[in-house]
Amino acid sequence: MHHASRKWHGNTDWCRRMKPPSIVIVGAGPAGIRAAETIIQAGYRPTVVDEGDQCGGQIYRQPPSGIRRSPKALYGFEAQKASNLHESFASILDAIDYRPASTVWDASENKLCVLSESGTKDVHWDRLILATGAMDRVIPFKGWTQPGVFTLGGSQVALKGQACAIGECPVFVGTGPLLYLVAYQYLLAGVRPKAVLDTSPPKAQRRAIVGLMRGGRTFLKGLLYIAQLKRAGVRIASGIRPLAANIGEDGSVSNFSWLDHSGEMRSAICDSIAVGFGLRSETQLADLCGVPFAYDKGQRQWLPAQDSAGRAEDIEGIYFAGDGAGVKGADAAELLGRRAAHALLLDLGHAESGRLLANINRRIQRMSTFRHALDRVAFPFPHRLAAAIDDATILCRCEGVAAGELRRIGKELGATEVNRAKAFCRVGMGRCQGRVCGEIAAEVLAECLDVSIEKVGRIRGQAPVKPISMRAFAEASKS
Amino acid sequence: MTVADVAIVGGGIAGCSAALHLRQRGASVVLLERKSCGSEASGVNYGGVRQQGRHPAELPLARRSRALWSKLESLVGTDCEFSVSGHLKLARSDSEYEELNTYAAHAETHGLSLKLIPAEQIRRTYPWLSNDVVGGSLCAEDGHANPRLVAPAVMCAARHCGADVCERVTVTRVEHRNGTFVTTLSDGQHVQSRGLINAAGAWAFHISAAFGEPVPEDVMAPNMCVTEPIPHFIWPNLGVCGGDIYIRQIERGNVIFGGGEGIADRDAIRSYPQSAVTATAIRAAVSLVPDLANTQVIRTWSGIEGVMPDGLPVVGRSRTTPGLVHTFGFSGHGFQLGLGVGAVASELVLDGGTDTEIDELSIGRFDQLDVAASGNA
Repeated sequence: MHHASRKWHGNTDWCRRMKPPSIVIVGAGPAGIRAAETIIQAGYRPTVVDEGDQCGGQIYRQPPSGIRRSPKALYGFEAQKASNLHESFASILDAIDYRPASTVWDASENKLCVLSESGTKDVHWDRLILATGAMDRVIPFKGWTQPGVFTLGGSQVALKGQACAIGECPVFVGTGPLLYLVAYQYLLAGVRPKAVLDTSPPKAQRRAIVGLMRGGRTFLKGLLYIAQLKRAGVRIASGIRPLAANIGEDGSVSNFSWLDHSGEMRSAICDSIAVGFGLRSETQLADLCGVPFAYDKGQRQWLPAQDSAGRAEDIEGIYFAGDGAGVKGADAAELLGRRAAHALLLDLGHAESGRLLANINRRIQRMSTFRHALDRVAFPFPHRLAAAIDDATILCRCEGVAAGELRRIGKELGATEVNRAKAFCRVGMGRCQGRVCGEIAAEVLAECLDVSIEKVGRIRGQAPVKPISMRAFAEASKS
Repeated sequence: MTVADVAIVGGGIAGCSAALHLRQRGASVVLLERKSCGSEASGVNYGGVRQQGRHPAELPLARRSRALWSKLESLVGTDCEFSVSGHLKLARSDSEYEELNTYAAHAETHGLSLKLIPAEQIRRTYPWLSNDVVGGSLCAEDGHANPRLVAPAVMCAARHCGADVCERVTVTRVEHRNGTFVTTLSDGQHVQSRGLINAAGAWAFHISAAFGEPVPEDVMAPNMCVTEPIPHFIWPNLGVCGGDIYIRQIERGNVIFGGGEGIADRDAIRSYPQSAVTATAIRAAVSLVPDLANTQVIRTWSGIEGVMPDGLPVVGRSRTTPGLVHTFGFSGHGFQLGLGVGAVASELVLDGGTDTEIDELSIGRFDQLDVAASGNA
């Protein structure tokens, strides 16, 4: 179990001897699409399994049929990239085995368990490209579980996928480039944000400026978002510390309060709050396949170990592409998708992919200075904020576990590791399986035990990756 | 060199309970656990506190253990979510109902009272059960508890009473020299004791073999599932004749169920649920309680449990080595039995005997077996 075979390795004339290898790509965002395209060009027919109803991933998500908004309105500056990607995918549809609206809920020895409306099916793989993307990082504050509080990503999905806003006067809180981008997208859609509140100190952004300049157009766009928001009269502040989402008479958010950079308490009336502190890779499938993980100090998260071409360490036949194994952004994701595909093709004996790999890696390298300045200097994950959340604040919303309870378990019951803490107080045990709260629990536990974050470990991946409907299984057996 | 009256190898429920009971008698105790107490079978099982359906050879031990479950809160300071919900074993054919009848008569001789429930009464009392059910047998004093909490709670209580509990230590060697056990740890430390309790779960056969008592201990990994919380409606702990599915719902709403086996890798100390087994268990759960179709499974898990060829544990004194007591191979029954086993082990090691009837669980029953051919190693 959990060990992919080596049977295709270096085998150039497979077609004469046996059937072609089964190549499966999980995810149809920018990384997955570019990977599929590259695989097809080499003459294979990959299977593409995607949770979305349509391709595009989170960043280039498409609205459901019936909702018509122009690419320009949906994606702003990225409209051309989005259209290119959607068109690319449309042009390869005949050349792939496409499984939309399908969730991979378990993965093991050369097999994925895929749940769709028609039930669960096993999909065999000889080579697997994981382009599973990323999700919001959320740092809890008082009231974050109340109606009206959304993640930044969720707020963007509402806009792109459903053509609706989270409210009429939203406050945007957190840090990272997405904070300004989503606020700007709301502004474009006719919803003026009440405030954009960044926890990163202003001096961090100034310190990052040299590296950020390397981002060229991307950096200029960022400046433009901020300028436009300011011009529209949106209150922008950095170096803030979130205090609370306060609830009004209707049971929904009515006000947000925070400490400004000088420690002064401020508040704003609002009807919704979008929160996000950067992105975290979705790594569960790699975990279930048995790929070893290493702690990435820069991104401050556990990531599957991979070589310089995106090959998984220890498990033959698995490749990583896009944000699913380290967050690098949408532009890099397209390159990383191609890189993973070329690494795979090289392993199948396609020598020309080796040269292309080096070329792609050079281009990825050029992006990394900007990315480093963006993630680590300008908008680092504010882990101290996470570690310092109030005892009374709910940390794990699925199970209703407050931070103080986790600290008590750590100190009194000697839970020195997050899985042990989970066993004792249910943190990370609910519907999200720790995808949201796991890393915060680790920060809180490490701080209260006064050990390094690596020491307390990470919540082990357990199937199902996402909740699975029991009806889907029962009905599948009937048909 | 640590010196104690008794060394215990294995921090599952049985080992932890033995430590607590030995301390209550004033004996000095060192408990050695390779991971954290309750990491394997004791901590990751279904959580059934069930006497109904136990093999007659286990019933006296199950009865003894059940009495301790009632005292759990006073023993360890927390109830570990123990709920006396009753255990309802269901028949899906007339012959199965007949089996339940026969068993109930036998259980009565051990003082265990079971109530047979015919089909029409099942429909009235448990309207959410499938129409496939033709009858059931209720053991009112059975129930369920949270397995993640029990072994650690008993360990904490034992430690509070003065037991020397060492977690994350690996035993590399056990010897008996001049009436004294010498247990060697991977860091080179030694524990010297007059008594030794082998409570090493799926790995206990190494220890019994070291004292000239090889046994065919195999492993199993229960395939467990849990749903998101839903309104509480399944109050008894449910089982079926045949054992293909077992279901309980905790007060906060999650439904826990199991059926079939995952994969146990005893050497790597890792276990995994199997997706195909999970799928089968989901279907079985929905076919027994159709309303479960409306919920979602949020997690699956497994753990490693020792299994003996006859499905019964080994509980008793060693026949080769005075002072050595074996308690292992619980074959899926250890959660309910563990508390009682610890009490019995403390008596065996301090008094050389116990009033609880355990003769049929002796390690001697494997004397005639060709161990190399039939099990582990």
